[in-house]
Amino acid sequence: MNAAGFPVLSLITFLPLVGGAVILSIRGDEETVASNARWAALWTSLIVFLLSLVLWAKFNPSDPGFQFVENVSWMPEYGLNYTLGVDGISVLFVLLSTALTPLCILASWEIIKRQVREYMLAFLILETMMVGTFSSLDFIIFYIFFEGTLIPMYLIIGIWGGPRRIYSAFKFFLYTLAGSVLLLLAILAIWFQTGTMNIPTLLSTRLPVTMQVWLFLGFLASFAVKLPMWPVHTWLPDAHVEAPTAGSVMLAGVLLKFGGYGLLRFSVPMLPVASSTLAPLMFALGVMAVIYTSFVALAQEDMKKLIAYSSVAHMGIVTIGVFTFNVQGVQGALFQMISHGVVSAALFLCVGVLYDRMHTHVIARFGGLVYRMPFYALILMFFTLASVGLPGTSGFVGEILVMIGALQVNFWLALLLGTGMILSVGYMLYLYRRVIFGTIVHADLKGILDLSPREVAVFAPLVVLVLWMGIHPSSFTSFWAASVQHIVHQHIAEVSHMHLAGMLPR
Amino acid sequence: MNWTIAIPEIVLAVSGMVILMFGVLSRRDPSLPCNMLVLGALLVTALLVIATPDGHAYGGLFVVDAFSRFVKILILVGAGIALMLSLDYNRHEGLARFEFPLLILFSVVGMMVMVSAANLMTLFLGLELQLISLYVAAAFNRDSLRSSEAALKYFVLGSLATGLLLYGISLVYGFAGSTSFAALGAALRAPGGVSPGLVVGVVFVIAGLVFEVSAVPFHMWTPDVYEGAPTPVTTFIGAAPKVAGMALLLRTMATPFGQLSMDWRLLIELVSIGSMVLGALAAISQTNFKRLMAYSSIGHMGYALIGLAAGTENGLRGTLIYLVVYVFMFLGMFAGIIAMRRRGRAFEQISDLSGLARTDPGLALAFAVFLFSMAGIPPLSGFFGKLYVFLAAVQAGMWILAVIGVLTSVVGAYYYLNIVRAMYMNAPAAPIDRRTPMVSFVAAATGLFTTFFFLFSGPIVAAAQTAAQVLFG
Repeated sequence: MNAAGFPVLSLITFLPLVGGAVILSIRGDEETVASNARWAALWTSLIVFLLSLVLWAKFNPSDPGFQFVENVSWMPEYGLNYTLGVDGISVLFVLLSTALTPLCILASWEIIKRQVREYMLAFLILETMMVGTFSSLDFIIFYIFFEGTLIPMYLIIGIWGGPRRIYSAFKFFLYTLAGSVLLLLAILAIWFQTGTMNIPTLLSTRLPVTMQVWLFLGFLASFAVKLPMWPVHTWLPDAHVEAPTAGSVMLAGVLLKFGGYGLLRFSVPMLPVASSTLAPLMFALGVMAVIYTSFVALAQEDMKKLIAYSSVAHMGIVTIGVFTFNVQGVQGALFQMISHGVVSAALFLCVGVLYDRMHTHVIARFGGLVYRMPFYALILMFFTLASVGLPGTSGFVGEILVMIGALQVNFWLALLLGTGMILSVGYMLYLYRRVIFGTIVHADLKGILDLSPREVAVFAPLVVLVLWMGIHPSSFTSFWAASVQHIVHQHIAEVSHMHLAGMLPR
Repeated sequence: MNWTIAIPEIVLAVSGMVILMFGVLSRRDPSLPCNMLVLGALLVTALLVIATPDGHAYGGLFVVDAFSRFVKILILVGAGIALMLSLDYNRHEGLARFEFPLLILFSVVGMMVMVSAANLMTLFLGLELQLISLYVAAAFNRDSLRSSEAALKYFVLGSLATGLLLYGISLVYGFAGSTSFAALGAALRAPGGVSPGLVVGVVFVIAGLVFEVSAVPFHMWTPDVYEGAPTPVTTFIGAAPKVAGMALLLRTMATPFGQLSMDWRLLIELVSIGSMVLGALAAISQTNFKRLMAYSSIGHMGYALIGLAAGTENGLRGTLIYLVVYVFMFLGMFAGIIAMRRRGRAFEQISDLSGLARTDPGLALAFAVFLFSMAGIPPLSGFFGKLYVFLAAVQAGMWILAVIGVLTSVVGAYYYLNIVRAMYMNAPAAPIDRRTPMVSFVAAATGLFTTFFFLFSGPIVAAAQTAAQVLFG
């Protein structure tokens, strides 16, 4: 039995579905259904979040292996089992998913007026799929959860999105699916090669070098789209612009992390030779993402699109961090992902606050908000600075760690990375100036209201989290220190083994 | 002489004739009792199928094994559900005549004979019985021009395919000296190689059988027949005969012609690729739901054929699992299509489904489940169907087939999503009529099967494995 004494991961994973069933069973007129659905979804997600705190409390950081493992035989004759478990890399992602879901539900409390029942249902199903993705220890189960996120997200964008929602929903779905099916083929090839789908076993299995490059490309097809990496990032700005606020939060906060998580969980440890051979390519893509998308972000007219491009740039930093193969770089990538999960979620919520009031996120429609919404201006300033990595906020820790990691690899890599970070300050502050400062030119802004108590309740935990991560990062890094150490050492050992065997040039 | 193993077929055929007599002699409208009697006969037959032991009979013309049992059960279930769906539709359209269930019944007898065929002659007899019943069923709405046109097309093209099949059989007989599967297998194993004439014969046999499963390049009849035939007939044609045809193809290719697998695998691979690509691309521009389902089923047969193209035990297992999954998705989808009726008039355009999620959320949810499943999105059953065939393709090293397969499934996802879009994201049209209880029941049952397939897939996979083993035994 696991450390918690009960199947905590299964409970976290499937409890949202129970809540969904409750929501489905609500009867009555539309207003009653909507109100009950909101409360049921909020309570379900809060209970799930409280339950997931068990992971935080009982996780043993000194153990690099998987904890809270549950194992149920599913189709044993084909080596398929229902296996769940978390290690230092995945545990915080599980917590991120469970923490953002109640915030999302709270953030959509008033703005979502039609088909509320279906909306809440979609979010709860999405939560199940997200938690399942991060905690599954069987490759097929992982894939099922991973792909399963497409259905609720497609519906969230397509039903409750903006004017071009259908185009964006299709683009999101088909892009991601196209990448994922190639991942599926790679998974099947591994299954055929090794006869097992158990992830802990596969992590210590040595796959033939000739296969590795192909498998790596198969993995990359999916994870690069999810992450998203330049040049397959174009679905993201569209999806973000059209998605409802909470959809953007989930997309940026959690779904993008699937890509980085996948690279770190599967590509690097399972395919060490291919990873180190193709690392220069990954660096190139990462640098391209950081610099190119920063310039693109400067030219954006739409707040959500700008933040979407900044997400691509931040994920470029993650890519570089993962492929430095040293402790600082990998830790930095992880920290950057968690931090971005919180900060970008908060930024999208900030945009959502304006959208709820003015029903637009075009930058030119705003200006001078500091006079009418001083508290909002403060919050937005805080998250803007966190996004650009001001010391004391969470963004700083991730960026500095990746920078240290990159310096150990190549000076020029670090220099280009730093350039991108400077550019990020440019576009974020430019955005802030255009929205908050200046004079109020649009008459309808004169009556705009500052944050409501509900909105304060949404932002408060995020502010606390960002400061906590920035001021005392070790309470987060301690979770994954052992696991990262293990991955890096294993990688170095594998690669030097291949050097000795003469499979790789020195 | 071990004739008893054919009891399920005998019972079904005899009860068919008895019900026919009852229908003819009955004074009052016999259509409802006949429907119920046919459903009962199908149920009894299914129980008998489970009970019959393995063996050969009639001088090696007829065989019963795990494979035939698996496929027969699937055929009977498919036919039973299609019949249940036909009840309300036929009454609505004034088609409630007692001959309809009997045509279905005789077609099922033909399919069961096909599945149990151990000789090319038995195979042909079963196939003809099945096809002739279906030709008549397609023309069942005889006052409708579309229905008659569909039946005529089906008949002409079907006869052509049957002719090709017979020609192939005669070539095989001429060059190998036998029509028995066992004797053919032995003849092909003989040293000295295989004569080119025999290979040509096998190609013609494949052509005839590929028509049955409506794979490219013998798919031309499918869209017109699916669109024109009365919807319950389409429901039936799309499910059970596909299973029977595919089973026939599996048995024929694996058992007598297994030795030639190097020759026919490439052919099946091309057929499979062609079907997947055509199914994905041609469906995009369709606006009629039934016609779209025709192209979709062509694509699905392409995926099912991947397993055969792999030519391994795992491949055949994958094909069988795919068929199970496909039958339930397809029948569920048609339960929904039969429910598409506004102020008493049936409609078939996808655009008519606009905003169904607002007017009938339950039906929209069922449609969404089947559509996402057909697109192969986990955790729905369609994903598992694809998983097992792609696994076989990867194991056999058929990377081109596998990559084309997954990419066409992405293209295919587009038109499935398009229907979801119409239902969930467009402004609501006028509400549709209340569903009948039978439609709701079938949609719910198949929907639950599709959604929760992963929970009970173990026994189904194991049964498919046993069935596939027989062919390689």
